[in-house]
Amino acid sequence: MNVFQILSANFAYPFVRYALITGVLIALCSSLLGVTLVLKRFSFIGDGLSHVAFGAIAIASVLKITNDMPLVLAVTILCAVLLLRTGQHAKIKGDAIIAMISVGALAIGYLIMNKFSTSSNLSGDVCSTLFGSTSILTLTKTDVVLSIVLSVVVTAAFVLFYNKIFAVTFDEDFAKATGTKAGIYNLIIAVIIAVIIVLAMNLVGSLLISALVIFPALSAMRMFKSFRSVTICSAVFSVVCAVLGILISIVDGTPVGSTIVAVDIVGFLTALCIGKLKGAKAK
Amino acid sequence: MQLTAENLAIGYDARVIIKDLNFTVSAGDYLCIVEENGAGKSTLIKTLLGLLPPIGGSVVYGDGLKKNEIGYLPQQTEVQKDFPASVREIVLSGCQGHKGLNPFYSKADKQTAAQNMEKMGISTLARRCYRELSGGQQQRVLLARALCATQKVLLLDEPTAGLDPKVTAEMYGLIETLNRTDGITVIMISHDIQAAVRYATHILHIGNQVFFGTKNDYLAGDVGKGFVLAEGGGRA
Repeated sequence: MNVFQILSANFAYPFVRYALITGVLIALCSSLLGVTLVLKRFSFIGDGLSHVAFGAIAIASVLKITNDMPLVLAVTILCAVLLLRTGQHAKIKGDAIIAMISVGALAIGYLIMNKFSTSSNLSGDVCSTLFGSTSILTLTKTDVVLSIVLSVVVTAAFVLFYNKIFAVTFDEDFAKATGTKAGIYNLIIAVIIAVIIVLAMNLVGSLLISALVIFPALSAMRMFKSFRSVTICSAVFSVVCAVLGILISIVDGTPVGSTIVAVDIVGFLTALCIGKLKGAKAK
Repeated sequence: MQLTAENLAIGYDARVIIKDLNFTVSAGDYLCIVEENGAGKSTLIKTLLGLLPPIGGSVVYGDGLKKNEIGYLPQQTEVQKDFPASVREIVLSGCQGHKGLNPFYSKADKQTAAQNMEKMGISTLARRCYRELSGGQQQRVLLARALCATQKVLLLDEPTAGLDPKVTAEMYGLIETLNRTDGITVIMISHDIQAAVRYATHILHIGNQVFFGTKNDYLAGDVGKGFVLAEGGGRA
């Protein structure tokens, strides 16, 4: 069978189609705020939050909650708000707090799963939560619908607050001094990040989420010069990489999450070269 | 009076850095704030902008000036040095303060931005990337942004830091025009005492000794005389 035959055979299954749809939406959402996170030096918040989400999933599975998304979402949003708050008041300790919470949540989550889980394949469960190995292919219809709704909400919120997010990211003091309520927009950014993290856990697992947020932004920043073009480019970059990654993983049977991240890395290196070439031409 | 500081005490976390500050700013003034030995200018700026609450005393805005109508020219931050944004996007973001919940910029906002870019002589740079500009060009961009936020008061934080002498002179000329021709009140924090006494109408001196008054009173008094001589002598 050639590649196309394998693909068309696979797309006969609804779960493969679901995976592709949610994959594209998640990739789109996660890239939108990447630029802001990278520029605000918040890259690690995404990482920390994803570990918190892992802890929340562990608790949900022990409590035998079948649909764990609402609980995980609530816990993650709460932590995002707390992290951003502390980051503002105690600037020096910000990254230490993030590290503390993220490692703490990871450890407690694993501990709880080990102690109370009744699952026969514990290490398999943990592995798929961390690396998202199969979870994208096991999405139920409810998950897919929820993902679509959340993606639409995130994208709409981003478009509506785009100018405000720009102002707050570029110069928070100026924005505050001239009457923009920076505190509220930071809060909105935090909530959006939390939603994105929980969404993206399905696709790449909690350890690889940061890649989905950071690589598109960094790649776009190498090649483009205005905030708008960087944002659009990182969205396109992210979606293309996600689609390629999912297709490759279907054909080759590789784990979805790490394949997407690998494609992201290749994309970043390409962007780096294009940026260098552009720079050389300009001079 | 656009701005009145009464018995103002400023500082962080209840730790007082400067106290008993009394000064006023009227429309059209050019006030230079000179500081001795890092007396706490950034704290003063944040207090005047309403980003930090005063520890004691008060800052009163008057003469039709609201708290949010002070245009601010900050010093460059680390974040901005690697920020991918075009000049137009940055200048336009100066209009954001008036927008409230309105998500998009109007035609009028875009026009204001274009006019202010024209005024600062950076219209040709509108599509260029901010991080690739020279120091003087970047300051003009931030000044145009501040003008989008207000036409009343500008608060400038060392606007010529890191600029070469020629660009520094151009910058001072630009600020003087805004003050004299457009009638915009200027409050400038400066290390450059020579420029301060040359352009300012009023001086606020903070440090071991505190002085507020017109430039001529400052130069005639002991605080000013000693400081101008020490600073000027050291440089010449």
